[in-house]
Amino acid sequence: MSVAPQGRTLLPVVAHAPRGVGHLRGDESFPDAARGALADTQLRRNLGHATATIRDKRAKVVGEVDDWEALRTAGKAIKDHTMARLPELLVQLEANVTAAGGVVHWARDATEANQIVTRLVRETGSREVVKVKSMATQEIALNEALADAGITAFETDLAELIVQLGDDKPSHILVPAIHKNRAEIRELFARTLPGVDPELTDDPAALAGAARQHLRERFLTAKVGISGANFAVADTGTLSVVESEGNGRMCLTLPETLITVMGIEKLVPTWTDLEVFLQLLPRSSTGERMNPYTSLWTGVHPGDGPQSFHLVLLDNGRTAVLADETGRETLNCIRCSACLNVCPVYERAGGHAYGSVYPGPIGAILSPQLTGIEDNASLPYASTLCGACYEVCPVKIDIPSILVHLRAEHVEAQRETRRIPTPEAISMAAASWTMSEASRWEKAQSASRAGRLLGRKRDRDAGRIARLPGPLAAWTGARDAPRPPAETFRQWWARTRGSRS
Amino acid sequence: MTAATPAPNTARDIVLTRIRDALGPDPVVPEVPRGYVTGSDLDPDAVIERFAERVDDYRATVHRTGHAGLATTLAALITASGAGRIGVPVGLDDTWLTELPDDLEVIRDQPTHDTAALDTAALDTAALDTLELVVTASTVGIAETGTIVLDASPDQGRRALTLVPDHHICIITTDQIVHTVPQALPRLDPTRPLTMISGPSATSDIELDRVEGVHGPRILHVVIVTD
Repeated sequence: MSVAPQGRTLLPVVAHAPRGVGHLRGDESFPDAARGALADTQLRRNLGHATATIRDKRAKVVGEVDDWEALRTAGKAIKDHTMARLPELLVQLEANVTAAGGVVHWARDATEANQIVTRLVRETGSREVVKVKSMATQEIALNEALADAGITAFETDLAELIVQLGDDKPSHILVPAIHKNRAEIRELFARTLPGVDPELTDDPAALAGAARQHLRERFLTAKVGISGANFAVADTGTLSVVESEGNGRMCLTLPETLITVMGIEKLVPTWTDLEVFLQLLPRSSTGERMNPYTSLWTGVHPGDGPQSFHLVLLDNGRTAVLADETGRETLNCIRCSACLNVCPVYERAGGHAYGSVYPGPIGAILSPQLTGIEDNASLPYASTLCGACYEVCPVKIDIPSILVHLRAEHVEAQRETRRIPTPEAISMAAASWTMSEASRWEKAQSASRAGRLLGRKRDRDAGRIARLPGPLAAWTGARDAPRPPAETFRQWWARTRGSRS
Repeated sequence: MTAATPAPNTARDIVLTRIRDALGPDPVVPEVPRGYVTGSDLDPDAVIERFAERVDDYRATVHRTGHAGLATTLAALITASGAGRIGVPVGLDDTWLTELPDDLEVIRDQPTHDTAALDTAALDTAALDTLELVVTASTVGIAETGTIVLDASPDQGRRALTLVPDHHICIITTDQIVHTVPQALPRLDPTRPLTMISGPSATSDIELDRVEGVHGPRILHVVIVTD
């Protein structure tokens, strides 16, 4: 492996997610957006409470699985395997869905996907659709595109409903309304749900009951359902949605027409592979042994469920991610959101600060790769590189290394603009090379502990190094380097928790 | 590939070309190490115990009976629910329903997706919504996760039948219960519509606090037939 940027080979022209459509770009940079969030004490309290709850639940159910590491290893390998065989597997999926009575569509980007779905809904004659929570349709801003065509999309997941009623934005992959507490939700429901009981309390069960009542008639009369997909199985043509409330089952079963929008990376090669992901996803995501409902369907089932099924396969920048050998494993993500829940930056800044529908550590590496680094340049810096995200990732995505890789890419892009090498470019290229191999990274961390002895005593006591030696002096020319801790996070983890893994 | 080559589609060709370009001429295809547990280290009785414990843990109610007592158990559960109008799939075993009260209205729903009698009127959604309770068999139970799988066989009915009514009584025999997820998948037929159910409808969307009872059936009873 060579050191970027000097050793970078020329890649084919890549197609990023286009500007002007979808929700992958924020209005302001992460630091600017985070500043507002950090000042919101209610938001920080809500996030702190919710993420602590889910962290504990996850740890408990993951702890009871003896072969968790073997499952993670298999999950990663299945996804790596899938990406390497993606063209043939997609064609196989298409053939099997088609043979089972479904219709497969391909969309190069958000605009094309929105056009396809809009046309399909129009062809049914319906002006309304019910939706299952789906990151892909949030990413492409499908609801907005449908609204422009005079079609109303009703979100049916409780958290998505809360976001939609509040004209708000999602802030978490699993629980888009995680930033709202029960009192705020009660107030929203009382204000926006027609015919709601004025005595409605903020008991979560009562709030869930109000949502049930609100959506019930909608489900029973809907002609068109729109969903995403958690998994698609190439060798059977089976699609799967994993959910809790039953709104997914309603949307997948009762309408006459079902339209599923799925990123091209959501594939697994074989039916058997589901045995890995159906164990990894629920425990990582909601902290349950199994989520209440998992629906699996293959094309059209005569006499059961929608008799018209359309599958839209979405690129929208995914092939650009695939083109980067280091960043490629970002596509292995199964959208569990465990990395959000353990991230100290996410817990404090909240999801909105990331601008994109994909917040947290995974968003910090996914969004800039989908859009191109220049449109989300601040996101790779929205991390302390503490490594907690990697430790919980069910498919072992090495988020810290990819963050550093993207920082290097960003500074290189800047260097090309300025045509002068900056200290940042050199540092990030070196850091990227070092972090890309675990052994190199560990050696470097050992070496950096030697850095505890660097610098003047006054600065050492203050926990900083004012001047690094040699070529690294360029880095400290404009800033202090923090004094390396006596023990790295990884060493602490290995010492205190290593026996469990 | 089992189907004819699809008609040319510009977007399709472009996306596939982008993927091939991104991967390069000779991408490495890693082997998948399957070092995880695929079998079971529990004896059969312990598997049933684990199943009952985990189903109960997700706030479903577990009952056990022998075949001889099943009709009486069902009758008691239905009577206790107060339901006056229940649905059953067309292929449900008649001997399970012999003890039902005379004034109970039992509606048989047709068709299932693979029933020949497709001309028999199926209940429409509004009619399904008038059912207060539904009784079905099941296909597979997974002990480790407290999960029941339905596959729309004639004794389980189409998916809507076990979705719209608010109360689901599901009957499972011990030979249908396996320990782990990897033991369950080979028993399932991917060509059928499958629903995996682990407890009643629930949400964690408010402060990540799990509460039962949203859109799916809010009451789930699981009857394990022990012989």
